[in-house]
Amino acid sequence: MMRLPPFRYHAPRTAAEVATLLAGEGPEAMIVAGGTDLYPNMKRRHQMPKTLISLRHVDELRGVQMNGAVRLGANETLRALEWHGALKERLPALWTAVQSISTPLLRNMGTIGGNICLDTRCNYYNQNWEWRRAIDFCMKCEGTVCWTAPSSSICWAVNSSDSVPVFIALGATFTLVSHEGERTIPALAMFGEDGIEYLTKRKDEVLTHIDIPDQGTARSVYRKVRRRGAFDFPVAAVAARVALDGDRVADSTLVLNAVGPKPVVCEEAMAYLAGKPLSDEVVTEAARLAGRGAKPLDNTDHLSMWRKKVVQVETRRALEALRP
Amino acid sequence: MKPATEPDSPARSKVQMILRVNGESHDVAFVPHKTLLEVLREDMRLTGTKHGCELGECGTCTILVDGVPRLSCLMLGLESDGHDIRTIEGMAGACGAHPLQTAFAELGAAQCGYCTPGFLLAAEAVLARDPTPSRATLVEELGGNLCRCTGYLKIYEAIELAAARMQKGTPDA
Ligand SMILES: Cc1cc2nc3c(=O)[nH]c(=O)nc-3n(C[C@H](O)[C@H](O)[C@H](O)COP(=O)(O)OP(=O)(O)OC[C@H]3O[C@@H](n4cnc5c(N)ncnc54)[C@H](O)[C@@H]3O)c2cc1C
Ligand code: SF4
Ligand code: FES
Ligand code: FES
Repeated sequence: MMRLPPFRYHAPRTAAEVATLLAGEGPEAMIVAGGTDLYPNMKRRHQMPKTLISLRHVDELRGVQMNGAVRLGANETLRALEWHGALKERLPALWTAVQSISTPLLRNMGTIGGNICLDTRCNYYNQNWEWRRAIDFCMKCEGTVCWTAPSSSICWAVNSSDSVPVFIALGATFTLVSHEGERTIPALAMFGEDGIEYLTKRKDEVLTHIDIPDQGTARSVYRKVRRRGAFDFPVAAVAARVALDGDRVADSTLVLNAVGPKPVVCEEAMAYLAGKPLSDEVVTEAARLAGRGAKPLDNTDHLSMWRKKVVQVETRRALEALRP
Repeated sequence: MKPATEPDSPARSKVQMILRVNGESHDVAFVPHKTLLEVLREDMRLTGTKHGCELGECGTCTILVDGVPRLSCLMLGLESDGHDIRTIEGMAGACGAHPLQTAFAELGAAQCGYCTPGFLLAAEAVLARDPTPSRATLVEELGGNLCRCTGYLKIYEAIELAAARMQKGTPDA
């Protein structure tokens, strides 16, 4: 059996207590929300926190508030968001992303905060300890070399969160609380350049909530590629937001995910789209430009060459779906 | 062989807890880093809950926590504190098998049977929310339970049969 390693366990009741505990316990403590990412990682001995600080009794981190803007408590379950009718209507792209995560059973357990802070993934890393020892450990955990790209100085483990590209496209912000206070950052600023340092969030910070600004007339879609209709993480994904002025693009955001360690904002394609109608020609060219930012390597399901192509196809389809 | 980086046992001594399982309170002692799956099977001898992938990838360890299907391999025994746990052992009532169990047996929805406890409990939760689910709803809601034998069709048909009988109030006729 693959058992969890031992740990100390705390289940505080407020975010302030979480922050105090994180500060007191130091970097070997980790937060656990639904545990659907962390517990498998602990069983495979990728992540070995000495102390777990559970959010299960922290009621203030739950809930959905909607006026013009939307605020999500970080510890709300994916299922609660999926079943929130008004949220589905207001932010269909976010709903699509949340509803596509793993399986109904896991969505009953997993939270939106855990999805944002999801560990990066790689075929050479998401294996048990014996497997990894057999080929020798990689840089992300216990080793010195990258098996995906042996000459690489960085880790290419993949940001595989479904919700993250949508939050970036919608212009969301994340609020982080530590014993020193609170700070709010744009969603993109949460993510690091490397599969090892994949979050800029400090270890003593807890994500408390997500704010999504009023979308006005802008519409968004999310498209995910995976082998099976359930269970599987994305191997390529795109979130697209477009505000139109008549039939022309006034403003847009295109974000790719699951094609590298960090979500990719497709600046070149966004600049190209400005002021243009979403004609077949424009959509195809924007998708080509967007695809340039994708640098998938062979460390997920499906071939990297195929993922690089399919990301363009999905970007095109996303933009087509946003036509007036 | 154990990884070199195993933390030096911060908490290996057992905790004593009252767990509410299948309507009864049980006084159980277990090490705090055990999953609920391990506590149920090893410390309570309730082996109806099956142990498959242990990583959230198969659904055979499904149990109901306050009526909500969850994976017992990915929650701690500690985390079931204060909740109402239901396992397959608690499914049949005083007057016999649950209509879902009867329908599964009649229609051959269980072959090797390894996935069956998980499917039955997940199906019970679906019917509690939606007593007449469409086929699409069943496919979606049971998407987290794998079966390597039946091809799923007989499972869906059995749930639909049980749902129809439960609507009519005739459990097994
Ligand atoms: C079989 C399987 C399939 C999956 N498929 C998908 C998929 O398709 N798409 C996808 O996106 N994910 C998938 N997941 C991953 C996971 O289930 C989800 O990402 C889920 O949302 C994680 O949330 P959690 O609450 O369980 O996180 P946890 O496991 O509790 O935590 C994950 C990480 O986030 C940190 N964390 C959690 N909450 C906070 C907080 N409030 N503040 C600071 N840090 C925090 C934890 O310390 C940990 O590092 C899958 C998992 C499994 C096992
Ligand atoms: S990308 Fe390289 S270093 Fe990173 S997890 Fe994979 S093999 Fe390891
Ligand atoms: S044993 Fe829990 S999901 Fe497979
Ligand atoms: S009956 Fe054998 S796995 Fe489902």
